[in-house]
Amino acid sequence: MSTVTVDGPARTVTPVRRSWFSDVGLVMSRELRPVVREPFSVVFGLIQPLVFLGLFGPLLAGSVGAAGGFSGAEVWQWFVPAILVMTTLFGTSTTGSNLQFEMQTGAHERLLVTPLSRSSQLVGRSLKEIVPLVAQAVIVVLVMLPFGFRADPVGAVLGLAMLAVLGVGLGSLSYALAIAVRKQEWMFWVVQQTVLFPLLILSGMLLPLETGPQWMKVASAFDPLRWVVEAERALFAGDLTSGAVAAGWLAAVLTAVVGLAVGVRTLLRSTD
Amino acid sequence: MIQTRGLTKDFVVSSTETVHAVRGIDLDIAPGELVAVLGPNGAGKSTTMRMLTTLVRPTSGTATVAGVDVVADPATVRRHIGYVGQGNGAGHQQRAADELTMQGQVYGLDRISARRRTGELLDALDLTALARRKVSDLSGGQRRRLDVALGLVHAPRLLFLDEPTTGLDPHNRANLWEHIARLRAEHDMTIVLTTHYLDEADTMAERVVVVDHGQVIADDTADGLKRTLAGDRVVLTVAVPGTAGQVASIVGSLRGARDVTVTGDRVDARVADAGAAVPELVLAASATGTPLLEALAVRPTLDDVFLALTGRRLRDEGSRVTDIPTEETAA
Ligand SMILES: Nc1ncnc2c1ncn2[C@@H]1O[C@H](COP(=O)(O)OP(=O)(O)OP(=O)(O)O)[C@@H](O)[C@H]1O
Ligand SMILES: [Mg+2]
Repeated sequence: MSTVTVDGPARTVTPVRRSWFSDVGLVMSRELRPVVREPFSVVFGLIQPLVFLGLFGPLLAGSVGAAGGFSGAEVWQWFVPAILVMTTLFGTSTTGSNLQFEMQTGAHERLLVTPLSRSSQLVGRSLKEIVPLVAQAVIVVLVMLPFGFRADPVGAVLGLAMLAVLGVGLGSLSYALAIAVRKQEWMFWVVQQTVLFPLLILSGMLLPLETGPQWMKVASAFDPLRWVVEAERALFAGDLTSGAVAAGWLAAVLTAVVGLAVGVRTLLRSTD
Repeated sequence: MIQTRGLTKDFVVSSTETVHAVRGIDLDIAPGELVAVLGPNGAGKSTTMRMLTTLVRPTSGTATVAGVDVVADPATVRRHIGYVGQGNGAGHQQRAADELTMQGQVYGLDRISARRRTGELLDALDLTALARRKVSDLSGGQRRRLDVALGLVHAPRLLFLDEPTTGLDPHNRANLWEHIARLRAEHDMTIVLTTHYLDEADTMAERVVVVDHGQVIADDTADGLKRTLAGDRVVLTVAVPGTAGQVASIVGSLRGARDVTVTGDRVDARVADAGAAVPELVLAASATGTPLLEALAVRPTLDDVFLALTGRRLRDEGSRVTDIPTEETAA
């Protein structure tokens, strides 16, 4: 259905109304190109989570394990699913800085003047997050299998899918933040760091919340990561029908819906 | 093709400071015109262009581009235009050819046509050898050529170029202009460009819009501006020291001469037609025993126009500035 005239060396292109989905596809594949070309960047994103696994995991086994009654390989059943959520959080919450860079150089501006719909630009960028985050999660799981970590195959696939949904929402929020603070770029990292650790700790990712004070337990109910972490633990253990899994899906989908809505809205309102 | 009425943009920088970037610009650009917008840093050139390309919402006033209001229907405006911004349109993490191909697809080319178009443009702008390079590894001028190529992919009917040749060497500037001129002839394009290069505005554009402090202060052909605002000049150097006064009175008696000034052994004046005045003055001077060592016919440059308009100079490395010491009116 294109109205491109192919005569002479340079054709006048009368832009056709492309479908929204193919716009998303174009944006997403543009974003993926550097990732695919430099796959090592995916591995770099694993350094922090692996440090937690290598240095925090043994401590956890020693202290919490002794008090809480799980030991050895059981610690991994508890900790590795949480690390997958952590990897997702670290990777996607920083992705706004890529957009920030493209806002500074002018690439973002160039795309804004094209017929690409603005929502497709935000959604395409956010969907791209799925690829590195799933790759990272797979690496973490494979690395941990020799240490006694057990992954239920079906649960693992569902777990990765849930992470992908969560990651799209978090990535979109990160882009929204980058756009919102575009006049004070340093604010991006201030906000990202300020939000990151409370979310992390209140999710019960590193230490069980059961031993914490009541107010923390209440606060954690508002942390979507908490529900996803619990769901991932259940899924990897093969407990596919537990209520925790349903709660995790709800939290992940809500994060994605809210994240994309906030992201698109922020981009649409970003003209000075 | 473009019509603006009272187009205005204020940027609120802080609670105490508002920048009046563009103050009520009225502009009418007909299809097929090539208009150069000339002005010093901060004049409001980019802001005007960003309003016309739907990137910035006007504070007040109206603008229609290709018959469509930029505020009411920005999406349709975007479908009709091409834009090369002042920054780097190509993503630094991407490869040159990939960005061009994607841009083609964005404008509705299928993948194969987009690739072919990419090849043509890389070739036309001398970038073929760099097709697989990462944009961040290109030199400034190479990157700039790629930016311009991105704006040309779909050969738009209406093209906005914000300082397209900044950072290009003379060879590449000439090459780029040739390419754009050819595209324009083939496709009947309307082009609006901003530039600091006076000779660029002079040779490429039929029409020059001079902008200063967010307002249009002149709008005419380059020749028209020069004729009405600056005019030709003659600069004479006397062969016999001390005879400049006599020569000045000869110049003064020439029809159409004005602003005759004497600086040491030099006489400087505005004349209607410098080419005709010089031989006449050389003959008249030698006939009265006050021969000339040198006689120059000086055509005005846009820099002279700018000086006449604003009292300031707008010099740049690309302009042909006739280097004349500051004029002082002799007593
Ligand atoms: N986003 C913005 N926020 C605040 N002020 C701005 C913004 N963009 C431009 N300005 C101000 O508006 C004025 C006009 O800027 P503009 O970029 O349009 O100038 P220009 O003519 O393109 O200059 P140059 O030749 O340097 O590119 C300047 O004083 C600039 O500081
Ligand atoms: Mg500018």
